[in-house]
Amino acid sequence: MGGRESDMVLLDANGIRCDGRRIDEPRRIMIKAGGLKNADGSAYIEFGDNKIIAGVFGPRDVHPKHMSDTDTGILRVRYHMEPFSVSERKNPAPSRREIEISKVIKEALAPAVMLEKFPRTAVDVFIEVIQADGGTRCAALSAASVALADAGIPMRDMVAACAAGKVADTVILDVNNEEDQAGQADMPVGYMPNLEKITLLQLDGVLSAEEYKKCVETGINGCKLVYELQKKALQEKYFQNGGQQN
Amino acid sequence: MDGRRRHVIPGEVVTTNSLRPEQNVTLIGKKLISTTVGISEIYDDSVKVIPLTGKYIPKINDLVVGKVISHNSLSWELDINSCYVGFLPAQDVFGRNFSSHTDDLTSKLKSGDLVAMRIANFDRTRDPLVTISDRDLGKIDSGDLVKISPSKVPRLIGKRGTMIQTIESATEAVITIGQNGWIVVSCESSEGLLKAKKAIQMVNEKAHVANLTDQVKEMLEKGES
Repeated sequence: MGGRESDMVLLDANGIRCDGRRIDEPRRIMIKAGGLKNADGSAYIEFGDNKIIAGVFGPRDVHPKHMSDTDTGILRVRYHMEPFSVSERKNPAPSRREIEISKVIKEALAPAVMLEKFPRTAVDVFIEVIQADGGTRCAALSAASVALADAGIPMRDMVAACAAGKVADTVILDVNNEEDQAGQADMPVGYMPNLEKITLLQLDGVLSAEEYKKCVETGINGCKLVYELQKKALQEKYFQNGGQQN
Repeated sequence: MDGRRRHVIPGEVVTTNSLRPEQNVTLIGKKLISTTVGISEIYDDSVKVIPLTGKYIPKINDLVVGKVISHNSLSWELDINSCYVGFLPAQDVFGRNFSSHTDDLTSKLKSGDLVAMRIANFDRTRDPLVTISDRDLGKIDSGDLVKISPSKVPRLIGKRGTMIQTIESATEAVITIGQNGWIVVSCESSEGLLKAKKAIQMVNEKAHVANLTDQVKEMLEKGES
């Protein structure tokens, strides 16, 4: 098993990857909370060359009404890639892949969001991928989590996400587009750092039991790095002045 | 900032002592965890987080300002800047002798009217029931509506009402603060009205700043000269 044939050297003899990173080094990550005036909460993330905006509305009335639940609120997520987000124009209509990612992000956020506090309402999360470079679902999930916190939706914990994978028989952190295309395995991990619980785990490729364990561990370490940046983003927006309140 | 007050984000552990979790705090295992972005406060027997963001969640006995959206033959529905609409039964306005055949609801409240009211009842099974049968409640005939974030309302009131008293005495305006972040300002002089609105917006924008009451006072005094 081993991805697509490629001439690219994914990992050289010194343990340096195709984009110059070490095996346990993530790409450059920048997260900003807020930014959209009309949404209740929003966040912008740059994860390597990925550029993603997330906007949150709610809790608000559910339309169509039949979707509402008398016991709890509902969470709706739309992940969408802009036509210009990839090198060849992408049809803006929701594709099979986008529908799947919307579903997995929703399910990864659901354990964190305390929707039971708002029966008969909906929380809508909109994610727009402006530029894609592999690992968008992890970046999108991390941004969505910050946007939810920015909107003031009660959450048990933040959800941070980062991918791990395998190239040239080595487990690596934060798989980029080339490694995703030509590598041996890709494992996106969503994680609640304080509760120490995994909310998203997918795997594309084949791993031995040992590699699998190592991949999960590597992914979780990546999530912890992302969490620190999520925390910083929220602190920058809300407590910038040292947070003196009287 | 002393050790009992701390900035927290969702998921952060506020304390592991066995205290009662109140507003925006939840108990998971043995940890008391913040559920929102805010400032945690630890008291002798309880712990809470004052939120810095979020929508208005109705609470019984809250004074709110709402806008009439629609009515049917028995009740009005009001926008109270929340995820739920306020429900005002006609009997509350017309009294016990209300008859849906003879009484016309639009004679008392029409769509678009602003109303000061109190949350009479609210639980998770139904929309909040509001009442106007109390002193100082009912239709608001004059004044300007100012909208601020509901999480900034305690800041606008200030400690023991100092902030709002400062604004009211400096501008001679009458300010009705709804806990839902909707505020009605009425003032005989247009200058005072403008100043009061400016001061409220200033509180909304600078809620995190220390000594804001003094800054607001300064701004109001400067405007006078």
